[in-house]
Amino acid sequence: MSREREPGRRPRARRNLIGRGSVIASPYLWLALFFLVPFAIVLKISVAEVRLAIPPYTPLFSWPEGGALEFLVVADNYRLLIEDSLYIRAYANSLKIAAISTALALLVGFPLAYAMARAPRAWQAALVMLVILPFWTSFLIRVYAWIGILKNEGMLNGALRWLGAIDEPLVILNTDIAVYIGIVYSYLPFMVLPLYANLVRMDRSLLEAAADLGCRPAGAFWKITVPLARPGIVAGCFLVFIPAVGEFVIPDLLGGSGTLMIGRILWTEFFRNRDWPVASAVAVILLLLLIVPIVLFQRHQQRQREREAGA
Amino acid sequence: MTPPPEYAGGEGSLAPGGAAAYLGIEGVSKRFGAVTAVDDVSLEIAQGEFFALLGPSGCGKTTLLRMLAGFETPSEGAITLDGVDLVALPPYRRPVNMMFQSYALFPHMTVAGNVAFGLRQDRVPRAEIAERVAEALALVELSPLARRKPHQLSGGQRQRVALARSLVKRPKLLLLDEPLAALDKKLREQTQFELMAIQQRVGITFVIVTHDQDEAMTVADRIAVMEQGRIAQVDTPAAIYEAPRSRYVAEFIGDVNIFEGRAGTANGDGIAVELADAPAGLAAAARADAPAAGDAVLLAVRPEKIEIAAEAPPPGTANAIAGEVTEIAYLGSTSTYRVRLASGRTVVSTRTNRLRRGGAAIDRGTRVHLSWPVEASILLRT
Repeated sequence: MSREREPGRRPRARRNLIGRGSVIASPYLWLALFFLVPFAIVLKISVAEVRLAIPPYTPLFSWPEGGALEFLVVADNYRLLIEDSLYIRAYANSLKIAAISTALALLVGFPLAYAMARAPRAWQAALVMLVILPFWTSFLIRVYAWIGILKNEGMLNGALRWLGAIDEPLVILNTDIAVYIGIVYSYLPFMVLPLYANLVRMDRSLLEAAADLGCRPAGAFWKITVPLARPGIVAGCFLVFIPAVGEFVIPDLLGGSGTLMIGRILWTEFFRNRDWPVASAVAVILLLLLIVPIVLFQRHQQRQREREAGA
Repeated sequence: MTPPPEYAGGEGSLAPGGAAAYLGIEGVSKRFGAVTAVDDVSLEIAQGEFFALLGPSGCGKTTLLRMLAGFETPSEGAITLDGVDLVALPPYRRPVNMMFQSYALFPHMTVAGNVAFGLRQDRVPRAEIAERVAEALALVELSPLARRKPHQLSGGQRQRVALARSLVKRPKLLLLDEPLAALDKKLREQTQFELMAIQQRVGITFVIVTHDQDEAMTVADRIAVMEQGRIAQVDTPAAIYEAPRSRYVAEFIGDVNIFEGRAGTANGDGIAVELADAPAGLAAAARADAPAAGDAVLLAVRPEKIEIAAEAPPPGTANAIAGEVTEIAYLGSTSTYRVRLASGRTVVSTRTNRLRRGGAAIDRGTRVHLSWPVEASILLRT
């Protein structure tokens, strides 16, 4: 760039800079306002003590008249999370349920996405629409509807009994199995859509090339299709796993009293025990647990973008 | 499900009927619904031959190639390679490899991984794979790039990887689907000669599909010109150019002037053709299946066979017509003249710029005389 500029152009350049700056800043502003600030508030509550007042916790700092500024930070809430095995078991169980649900969603979602990507072009838009269609109904209502299907006198048991497959009703509702069904059902679109977007772009001549070079169709699936679908698989798994860990509605409606998930603990601490500081500590630890996969996911997306830019 | 039959290639076994054709295509048709893409095609291709399927897009050449590879099944007809029926074999059992138009390189594998893929499917021992991959990469001069991924290569380099990958299994037949279409003109011409050299070195039978007549003429020993699913003519490049058997072939390969007229009587050195464009008539060399006098015929002449001169040729010269130059295109090595005859039609003549122009200058508007020898006229039926 030349150092000397026409004098008339300078204000315009500066205006451009301001415009560009504000465009770049707006997502950061959004993040600060709706993520960082609320997180700071939750963090603050998590180091407070519970008290019977409004709000139901001690302030972070106080300035008694005539005295110096006092900070009140207690680690008791975090200590409780470590000492009481209930919380650790709830975290571990949440991660386990989310991981198994993610694997099941992949197992169901991959063939679905594959069939969609291989369907005639004219059908594909309609098929994508069908995957998105459930979002038109409230999530809560759809999960609630599963109670009617899964309960002992529900539609599933009724159908099985009518077919003569069973004599005694299968107990599914209020077990972990019902939670798996609920999570896989609810989050399946988040698995199918990134997988579909990936598979539909795959050059089919690659499979022909594999066959031409002596590879059977099953071999070509594992050696060509799956490795090339990896970005879609990774994206789909993260999109299911991350929200599933903190899921509350599904275990609450479909799970049994023994279904220990961190979302329910959070609810109990917050609304039943009215212990905001412990509930906040639970939330902070949950966030820290999820930050690891989220950062991994972001890095993966970033690398993917770079690879595509290089290609 | 019965397992697909194994390939059982016989050494030197002959095609049914004892024909010596290495690749035999007999009465092959392919229909997609109501559309007939390939219509009763029969071809015999010899071992070691470089054979081109040439035609405009949609003529069925790629469908025919895909039937050889096994990606399409013929609706009718038989395909045999070295005496073995190919139609019954799935693509992964055929001793045939294909180089794809898009190259179809596996993006998640390195250059060496791509080339090794076919050998790995055959469970070739590790050491031999390494050796043969190195050999194939050396053949296409890509050894230094073995560790690169396809997206790190230029178009020309990718084309070479695709070639190495399809050659490394030493197929009995190599199919090339528009292999050079994605390259720019200079690189394409250079690669054509490399392709010929490689084919001679490896001795594999090549079948190339192309819509580029120059490419087919350059690389192929024989060319099959295709028209709407059928074979219009199969011949050497020279025969296709010098003796096309139909207007379609004459017009598809190279430039040509075509006159419509009626066959006259045959005399000593040829057949007279009467036509409106040349009052004195034109003459063509006699051929075995001479048309009867009065039949409608076409007389085709290649532009470079037509002599253009400002002076009138000596009286009695066959095929002499006069006209006025309307356009001149100077192309460096040659110049093309468009000449309007008295009848109003335009004839194209090409002259090699062998000498820097001397003699009578020919400019736009110059009255010129065109003439060509009797043997240069190609007589075609309408």
